[in-house]
Amino acid sequence: MQPFTQLTGLVAPLDRVDIDTDQIIPKQFLKTIKRTGLREGLFFDWRRQKDGSPDPSFFLNQPRYQGATILLTRDNFGCGSSREHAPWALLDQGFRCVIAASFADIFYNNCFQNGILPVVLESQHVQTMMKDVISQPGYQATVDLAEQTVATPEGTTYRFSIDPFRKDCLYRGLDSIGLSLQHEPAIAAYEARRKADAPWLFSDLRP
Amino acid sequence: MAGQTLFDKIWDSHVVRAEPDGTTLLYIDRQLVHEVTSPQAFEGLKLAGRRPRRAGTTLAVPDHNVPTTDRRLGIADPVSAIQIQTLEDNCRDFGITLFNMSDIRQGIVHVIGPEQGFTLPGTTIVCGDSHTSTHGAFGALAFGIGTSEVEHVLATQCLVQKRPKTMEVRVDGLLSDRCSAKDVILAIIGTIGTAGGTGYVIEYTGSVIRALSMEGRMTLCNMSIEGGARAGMVAPDEKTVAYLKGRPLAPSGDPWEQAVKAWQDLKTDANASYDATVVIKAEDIAPQVSWGTSPGMVTGVDGRVPDPKVIADEKTRQATERALVYMGLTANMPITDINIDRVFIGSCTNSRMEDLRLAASLAKGKRISTSVRAMVVPGSGLIKQQAEAEGLDRIFTEAGFEWREPGCSMCLAMNADVLQPGERCASTSNRNFEGRQGAGGRTHLVSPAMAVAAAVEGHFVDIRHWR
Repeated sequence: MQPFTQLTGLVAPLDRVDIDTDQIIPKQFLKTIKRTGLREGLFFDWRRQKDGSPDPSFFLNQPRYQGATILLTRDNFGCGSSREHAPWALLDQGFRCVIAASFADIFYNNCFQNGILPVVLESQHVQTMMKDVISQPGYQATVDLAEQTVATPEGTTYRFSIDPFRKDCLYRGLDSIGLSLQHEPAIAAYEARRKADAPWLFSDLRP
Repeated sequence: MAGQTLFDKIWDSHVVRAEPDGTTLLYIDRQLVHEVTSPQAFEGLKLAGRRPRRAGTTLAVPDHNVPTTDRRLGIADPVSAIQIQTLEDNCRDFGITLFNMSDIRQGIVHVIGPEQGFTLPGTTIVCGDSHTSTHGAFGALAFGIGTSEVEHVLATQCLVQKRPKTMEVRVDGLLSDRCSAKDVILAIIGTIGTAGGTGYVIEYTGSVIRALSMEGRMTLCNMSIEGGARAGMVAPDEKTVAYLKGRPLAPSGDPWEQAVKAWQDLKTDANASYDATVVIKAEDIAPQVSWGTSPGMVTGVDGRVPDPKVIADEKTRQATERALVYMGLTANMPITDINIDRVFIGSCTNSRMEDLRLAASLAKGKRISTSVRAMVVPGSGLIKQQAEAEGLDRIFTEAGFEWREPGCSMCLAMNADVLQPGERCASTSNRNFEGRQGAGGRTHLVSPAMAVAAAVEGHFVDIRHWR
């Protein structure tokens, strides 16, 4: 996984609440057996007009947001389906950070597995940034994971909280499976204990 | 000493190790796998040269992409076919039990887990699917995960987690005649909102929950995620035990007796407390119909489409306006004036025997409206077989419903079962997001009883007064 340390980048605004993962990437793109190449599915139904042509009012189709690496949005981003294709598609489009007033749990988790930093800011700060991002072409922010800050072009700095373990894994780009496997003796000891207490959970299936 | 909630007991019995900051390595007893969210997990194992730690704790089944028409014809969509073939190849390579498309036991992953007795009280169960919350109906801690975590569980039998908060949702009183678990959960989501349960595990309690069948409890827990909660659960009781007894993958003999004894303790202690409690009166729950593009956009069938003009909060007003445009509805119109084109009875929310029996009892001797196309998609091959043995298929087809093969079908429309742009559907599924059942399609979430009545009348009717 690519580490996330500090990122200065163009911010793209998605001014809606409750964006579900079906909107981030619709079902027809879930048939892939790969993690890559999902960019064309990102916000697929919102990017296009009824005749299939690009909708010029949608942010991803506007020249001013090309190359954006930070997505700014509202409450409950990523609700609904657990599809990890949602963060894969965002990553494929170039987003390394999503700033929102809140996230749905599963999506929030999935971001950390893919080197994407999800940042929760207070609603009023999201509101201020949203206004400024829309009114100021070329608006860039700097997100610093070590400091847990988002710095705006005006010089305002917002602090965000993040779980220390997740922070460390993301900062160093750690293989989380490898980390868990380091605890193999503890896992084996747990299994031995559990088998004594609940033996019915240890008659495993055979294909 | 403070007592423990049901959640606390299950969590504590699965802690492999905990860091001082609360980061916990949590043991996972069971994993369910389907074709959509697993290929990249198996690929990851292969690339890293890893093997499943306990392949025999995983059960796989294709359900999202499978056709609901004649299976002997294969899958028309070559991309879907590759995904299902990939699942079969991976299960073979990694020694995982698979119910393939021609197996009578095949079905929706959240239907077959309980049906086989794979879902057990007191266990931790995961699946790369947000509706894994369904299995909480048995007093299990069951939640959806992403594909990277599917790989993590395969490789380590564990997940790294932070302890979530607990929320009690208590529903007391008496439900109206013909109101069901579906109406209860839609009313709960309408009350707490789609993010109300974020960060929580819900335990459903109260006389209404105790009175629900296991199938009703599954419907209830299934949609916990639509209220933002990754998991929902109901404490096991004699109904749970009776449901599981004799199921193929449930323990038998002495281990069964031992398990049943251990399950007696799986309940929240009288002196335990939750981080939050929500109380809902059953008498306040009318049959529910969603009107918008989020499951929280829901009201009673005796209500009206909301008027954005009277909504004070700007973001809510905008979301409501947008939803009404997408749904093609006007503010203040009575819900019963909404005409429908399609009806879908199925999904991991409502495709079990109880749902089909109830739907058939209401459809019997009726004929669906000439303007409606309706389909019934059973949750598994075994349910289909049982329904046919009871003659339910004939009741449905004589009433004009299509009777299909089992799968996820039009709940998410990954197979050929899709709404056309602008089509309006009364659906027993769980999500009414934009385009969920097909680009431009309009979904109204309802109970099976409400779906049958809507199919017959061509518009929503109050099932409490429908004959």
